[in-house]
Amino acid sequence: MKNNENKGGNEAIASLPSSTESAIELKNITKRFGHVVANSDVNLKVRTGTIHGIVGENGAGKSTLMNILFGLYKPDSGMIFLNGQAVDVNSPEKSIALGIGMVHQHFMLVPTFTVLENAMLGNEGSMLLRSGEEVVLDRLKGLSNNYGLDVDFEAIILDTPVGMQQRVEILKALNRGAKILILDEPTGVLTPQETIGLFDILRSLREQGVTIILITHKLKEIMSITDTVSVMRGGKVVADFSTEKTSPEELAENMVGRKVLLSIKKPTLKVGKPVLEVKNVSHESKDGVLVLKNISFDLKEGEILGIAGVAGNGQSELLDILSGIETLQRGQITVNDKTILPFQDWNSKKAREFGVAHVPEDRHKRGLVLPFHNYENSILGYHRNKNYSSGFLMDKRKILNFVDDLVENFDVRPRSSSISSGKLSGGNQQKLVLAREIESNPNILLVGQPTRGVDIGAIERIYEDLMKLKSKGTAILLVSVELDEIMSLSDRIVVMNQGTIVGETNSSNATELDLGKMMSGLEQV
Amino acid sequence: MLESFQIIISLLDSTIRIATPLIFCAMAGIFSERSGIIDIGLEGKMLLSAFVAATATFLTGSPIFGLFAAILVSCSASLIHGFACITNKGDQVISGLAINILASGLTITLGIALFSRGGQTPPLASEQRFMPIDFLFLDQLSFVPVFGELFVEVISGHNILVYLSVLAVFFTYYVIFKTRFGLRLRAVGEKPEAVDTAGISVTKMRYQSILIAGMLCGLAGAYLSIAHGAGFGREMSAGKGYIALAAMIFGKWNPIPTLLACLLFGFLEALGVRLEGVELIWIGEVPVQVMQALPYVLTVVLLAGFIGKARAPGAIGVPYSKEG
Repeated sequence: MKNNENKGGNEAIASLPSSTESAIELKNITKRFGHVVANSDVNLKVRTGTIHGIVGENGAGKSTLMNILFGLYKPDSGMIFLNGQAVDVNSPEKSIALGIGMVHQHFMLVPTFTVLENAMLGNEGSMLLRSGEEVVLDRLKGLSNNYGLDVDFEAIILDTPVGMQQRVEILKALNRGAKILILDEPTGVLTPQETIGLFDILRSLREQGVTIILITHKLKEIMSITDTVSVMRGGKVVADFSTEKTSPEELAENMVGRKVLLSIKKPTLKVGKPVLEVKNVSHESKDGVLVLKNISFDLKEGEILGIAGVAGNGQSELLDILSGIETLQRGQITVNDKTILPFQDWNSKKAREFGVAHVPEDRHKRGLVLPFHNYENSILGYHRNKNYSSGFLMDKRKILNFVDDLVENFDVRPRSSSISSGKLSGGNQQKLVLAREIESNPNILLVGQPTRGVDIGAIERIYEDLMKLKSKGTAILLVSVELDEIMSLSDRIVVMNQGTIVGETNSSNATELDLGKMMSGLEQV
Repeated sequence: MLESFQIIISLLDSTIRIATPLIFCAMAGIFSERSGIIDIGLEGKMLLSAFVAATATFLTGSPIFGLFAAILVSCSASLIHGFACITNKGDQVISGLAINILASGLTITLGIALFSRGGQTPPLASEQRFMPIDFLFLDQLSFVPVFGELFVEVISGHNILVYLSVLAVFFTYYVIFKTRFGLRLRAVGEKPEAVDTAGISVTKMRYQSILIAGMLCGLAGAYLSIAHGAGFGREMSAGKGYIALAAMIFGKWNPIPTLLACLLFGFLEALGVRLEGVELIWIGEVPVQVMQALPYVLTVVLLAGFIGKARAPGAIGVPYSKEG
C-alpha cells in the first residue's frame, strides 16, 4: 500500500514561475457538469501564510472550486499552480501529497472510531497499528500543543462535541503534512464560543506559515479573520478585496449582484390577544434528564417571540412539544383557546388542525424527505387535505398546480416541481419548507433555526416572508441560536438556559451583551 | 456416567466438524461486510468451490490442486459480485442472490455433463482427500483421565482444514483490528467518504476485502467436498452459508464472538442429529426441523432481548459514489 508520508511537492510538472509569494494560484479554471457550468474561467491567487476568504451564495461554485483544488473533481480546463509551479491534482491522494488538506462541511470522520484512529487514517505511520499509533500519537500531541487543538485522543467520535470533531479534522489534515488548509463552512455547526476557539486556532496556524482558505456565508466572520477575500457569483470570481478595505455591505452586494438590505423593517403592529399560552411545562428526556423546567410564556397575535439560548438548552424539546412531536408530560398548553393537558392526545396532525404550523430546526431530518420531489414535499403533513386528493388517491394535477404557484411565490430555485428536494441548495430547501407551512394559513408558526446553512440572498427572502406573515396577524415563535437574528426579528425575547427561562426583555432595549450574559447563565433578570 | 461422557465427547467432536465451514464462511462474511459489502453469496461461493474442489481433485488426483482451484473459483465469484456492486454500484443483496442461484444450477448442470451421476462427482479415494491428522504423544496422553480423552477425541484427529479454520479466526481478528489495512477496511465500511478524502481508494479497499472473503469461502467449499466429505453432492452446502451469516450477526461482526456462535450452531446441529428418533423424557421425539430452525430462532431471540443490539457497519449495502 502506498504511504503518503510527507512526500512534499515533488510532483510538479512544468515550472512556469508566477508570483513566488502565492501558495496557490488557479488560472482560468472551468468545470461543467453536463450543461451546467459550475466554474467558468476562475482565477484565484492566495498568498502564502494568509487567511483567504471565499464568499458567495450557494451554487456560486465555491465548493466545486475547492473540490477541484482537493482533487475530487477534474477541471475541464485551466491550470493550478502551487508555490509557483504548475501541478496536476487529479486525486485526493495527490493533493494530500502536495500538502493540501481539506476540512469538509460535513465531517469526514468515522463515528465509531476513536479520535486517534480518525486522525491517523491515511497516514498511520506503520503497517501495524500498535507501532504506528506510538509514532502518530507523538506527532499529533506535538501538533495539538502547538496550535491549541485540544482533543481527547481516546474518545469515540460519536461521543464528542462538534467543536472537537472539527479539531480532529484539522489535526487529520496536519498529520498528513498539510501546508494549505481549506475549510468549507466551518462555523455552520459551532456555537459562538466554539467559533471563537476555532478562529484562535486558525490565527496560530497562520502565524506558523499555514495558508488557509475559508469558505463561508457569514460576512461577520470574513471581516473578523481573513486577510483577503474573493467573492464568487454564478461560477465566477466577481471581485477580490483586501479585507480591511471592504465592508459587509459591499461584499453582500457583490455576492447577490444587487443591493441587499441587511437590516429589517419591522412592521409596527398592535399585538392582539394571546393565542398560545404555555404554563409550567416540564419535560423529562428518555435518559431521565429534566430538560425543561417550569416553562411559562404566552404568544400573542401579530407578535414574534424570540427564544434565545445556546443550542441544547431545552429549545428543541420545547419546539417538539408545541408541535406535537413529543408528548406533553407536565404543565398545560393552550392553543387558540383549546387546552392540552399532560398525556392527552396531542400529535403533529392535531397541531396542524389547531392552526399550528412548524418549520423544524433540522430540515433534513424533519422538514423534508430529501429524495422526494418538490411536489411531494410541498404537501407533506398536509396530504390529507381534500384539495390534494380525490378519494384515497392523490390528485397529482392539483398538487402540481399548487406547487407551481408555491415555488413562484416563494422564489424557490430552480422553479421545478419535479426536481428532488435533496438537489436544492440549503436556502431553497428552507424556502420550500417555510412556503409549505405558511401556505397552510396557520395562526401560530413555530420556527426553528430558519437560516441555519442558508445563504444571504435566501436569508433576506425568509425574513421578508416572516414579516409578511406577522403583518397578517400570525403569531410567530422563533427559536434561533443566532443572536443577531433573534434581536432583529423579535418583538419580545426570552432567554433559555438549562431548561429554564432565565430572562425576558423587549427587543428594543436588549443588547447583545446582556443577552449573552443571560444565555451563559451568569445573570438572571 | 461413562456412557454420557462418551456421548458428550462425540457430540463435541462432531460440533467441530460441523462448525468448520461455518467458521470459514463467517470470517469471509466479516471481511466483506466490515468493508461495507453485504455478502449473501457466501452460500453460492461455498457450493461452487465445493464442486470445483471435488472435480479438480478427481481429475488431477491432488487435493492441493483441488483446494487452489476452489479458492480460484470462489474468488472469481467474489469478483463478479464486486463488479456488479462496487464498480457498477448495483444492489448487493440481489447480486449475492444471483450468485447463489447460479451456483445451485451450475454445479448440478456441470456435474451431470461431466460425470453423468445425477449431479454428484465420483467418490474420492482417501489419498485424494485431506485426511485426519493425529497429534504426537497421543498414546501417552490417552492415559490421562478426562483431559486425555478430550484431547485425543475432540482436539486431535481432524483434517488440516479444521485447524486452518481456527487459524483463520485469529488471522481475521489480527488483520481487522491490529493492522493498517484493517483500520482502513473498517473505516471503508463505516464511512467511505472519510477514506476517500484520506487519499485511499474506496474501490480498491473493497475489492481487496471481498477477495479475502472469496479465499475463505473457497476453503469452506473444499472442506465440504475433499476433506470432510469424499466428493461433491448436489446442494451439499445446504444453507450453511446463511447459518454462517446468522453467526456473524450473532457475533456482532467480531471474529471471536462469531467463532463462539459458529460453535454453538455446530453444537445444535450435532445435537439435532444425535436426537433424531430418540424419545426424550417429558418431551418425546423432537422433530428434525425444530433443531434445524434453532440457530435462526436463537439469533433473533437472543439479539432481540439478551445480548443487546447488533450494529451493522454504518455504510453496509450502500454503493459509494463521490457525488454523495
